[in-house]
Amino acid sequence: MIAVDNLGKRYRIRHQPEGQRYVALRDVLASKLTSPLRWFRHVVQPPASGPKDFWALKDVSFEVKQGEVAGIIGRNGAGKSTLLKILSRVTEPTEGRVTLGGRVASLLEVGTGFHPELTGRENIFLNGAILGMTRAEIIRKFDEIVAFAEIAKFLDTPVKRYSSGMYVRLAFAVAAHLEQEILIVDEVLAVGDAQFQKKCLGKMGEVALGGRTVIFVSHNLSAIATLCTQGFLLSQGTLASAGRVDRVISDYLNSSTSAETSVKFQGKGTSRGPVVEIVSASRPTEVLTNGTEFNISYKVHFAGQVLVNFFFYVHREGSLALVATDLHKPVMSASAANENDVEIVWTIPAYLVNPGWHSFGMSVVSPDASVYHAHVDDVLSCMIEDDNHRRGPYFHQAWGGAVGPLLNAQLRVIKASSHD
Amino acid sequence: MKLVIGPGLAAKGYWRDLWRYRELMYFLAWRDIVVRYKQTVIGVAWALLRPALTMLVFVGFRRLMGIQPGRAPEPILVFAAVLPWQFFSSALSESSGSLIGNANLISKVYFPRLLVPSAAVATAFVDFLITLGLLASLMLWYKIAPGWHLLVLPVFVLLAFGLSLGAGLFLAALNVEYRDFRHIVPFIVQFGLFISPIAFTTDKVPERWRTLYALNPMVGIIDGFRWSILRGQPPLTPSALGLSLVVTGSALALGVWYFRRMERGFADVI
Repeated sequence: MIAVDNLGKRYRIRHQPEGQRYVALRDVLASKLTSPLRWFRHVVQPPASGPKDFWALKDVSFEVKQGEVAGIIGRNGAGKSTLLKILSRVTEPTEGRVTLGGRVASLLEVGTGFHPELTGRENIFLNGAILGMTRAEIIRKFDEIVAFAEIAKFLDTPVKRYSSGMYVRLAFAVAAHLEQEILIVDEVLAVGDAQFQKKCLGKMGEVALGGRTVIFVSHNLSAIATLCTQGFLLSQGTLASAGRVDRVISDYLNSSTSAETSVKFQGKGTSRGPVVEIVSASRPTEVLTNGTEFNISYKVHFAGQVLVNFFFYVHREGSLALVATDLHKPVMSASAANENDVEIVWTIPAYLVNPGWHSFGMSVVSPDASVYHAHVDDVLSCMIEDDNHRRGPYFHQAWGGAVGPLLNAQLRVIKASSHD
Repeated sequence: MKLVIGPGLAAKGYWRDLWRYRELMYFLAWRDIVVRYKQTVIGVAWALLRPALTMLVFVGFRRLMGIQPGRAPEPILVFAAVLPWQFFSSALSESSGSLIGNANLISKVYFPRLLVPSAAVATAFVDFLITLGLLASLMLWYKIAPGWHLLVLPVFVLLAFGLSLGAGLFLAALNVEYRDFRHIVPFIVQFGLFISPIAFTTDKVPERWRTLYALNPMVGIIDGFRWSILRGQPPLTPSALGLSLVVTGSALALGVWYFRRMERGFADVI
């Protein structure tokens, strides 16, 4: 059980000279010596909390019951990490209270404390201890961990010689065998190959079935949708939505991009090679229905000559890519000396998708897709309304299924019999 | 089991948590030792080489200065001082940088932070124990049999441990807040080597300066080591010893207090 009550966390943003990461005693002393009057005034009358204070979390309250898997979603900077850090006791809240009904294992990073020089075996013990297991517990689970990670052959090899896949597998295997009653998991499944990700998701589902409480943070909305029963949406440090996970996910999609019909991007500007930037994206401003085709368009800026292909994605309710397609044939941008802007328009035909929230993304890639020159995802989204055209007078429920294309269907009577 | 998190509540149950996480301290110390000896070619010999060379240099220094040798063989007289000094200096250097060195742990996982510098001191303590073996072989070589005084040695070892831990905690916490402290620690260590009675014995210090000199807590500890190893020679001055005890105790108390005070903010600053 996890009860969060009016939680708040304030960070003091320190005034620091440009390009200096740390406070040096030298500078503190120097500033106190050069301006003793100001320092004295601060001691006598501390400055009221001004723009230097930043609330990463404010008035957040929610509850997760035992055995539930709760997903936390939100954009970058919404306060997800801060919340996890408070729940896992890495940092203290400024106000409010959290009640945890059991021991907490937090997995904010895969392989926390792994040492490259140590062998797989040694790292299992070290990492286990860091995550709060006792030595006896680790010894008891050791074989299981090794089997789960599939690294038995390399147990006595230093992990610096592991492939990144092996490394992640080992790290997750240790974490997956924790026995704490509450498990807090950050975006750790973003690494590792697809098959192992699936295995991890399965393991997490098992964990929840075992009666333990899980809090899960991810940008992978489909993972959230499959694993979690309950969802919480954080926005700018406050709880924007809570409840059934599918509702919260659609609230998230709704809030994050619905207002925008066109988005402009700031170029990052690479120093070498041709520059490819997706400059903007736009969708029609009017209400869209599944019965009419509509266009999603992107502007791409090229500098220098490069052969590219375009990938286009449609996501439904933030989860799986419903549509993933490309431009069929690579195209060459302008000559090396020139810069040019290209508009690319994708047409979504009528009755391709069923009503619901959809978001769109595009990548500009090299023809063999080994290089992603530019990528935007989930930046445009919209509700596709039902045009009610196909329904007829009887059927009024929601369409099941993600796509609803008009298929050729023929009906003929095979056998007619009469009862007389 | 129920756990409540709130502002200022981390302090509750801190010492109980420290006990619960004791195995982690063992693992951190073990990691540092294993990694160190894996990375060096000569491995464990490294722990012996440093104090042995330091000892040789100081014995040579005594000869050059024409310091009269006493009854005890000079290598043992000097080594009895090098031993605690080496422990203190390496414990101090390692623990003061330990929080920064384990920043990734501190920002990702909860455990009582006190474990990190303590593990660093423990690592230095293992080296100390290895070096103790070298002292034993030196004593065998010179046919010096220890007396009952040796039974008191653990007390001085404990003092050295407390002093290292206290100073280490204080500097470790300061290091998180003010990064330029890492330049100060080597200076403290270097300076301490010269103001501690390693090349000479405390009785070479003029009588009227002795009390002031004993404010350096290593003076009492080093004198104690010599006294225990060399069968009560040179004799101990109770006042100097008492002073050393007080300074060590205060250093430990101050270190723990300051560390505990700063600890809450580590994850936000580091």
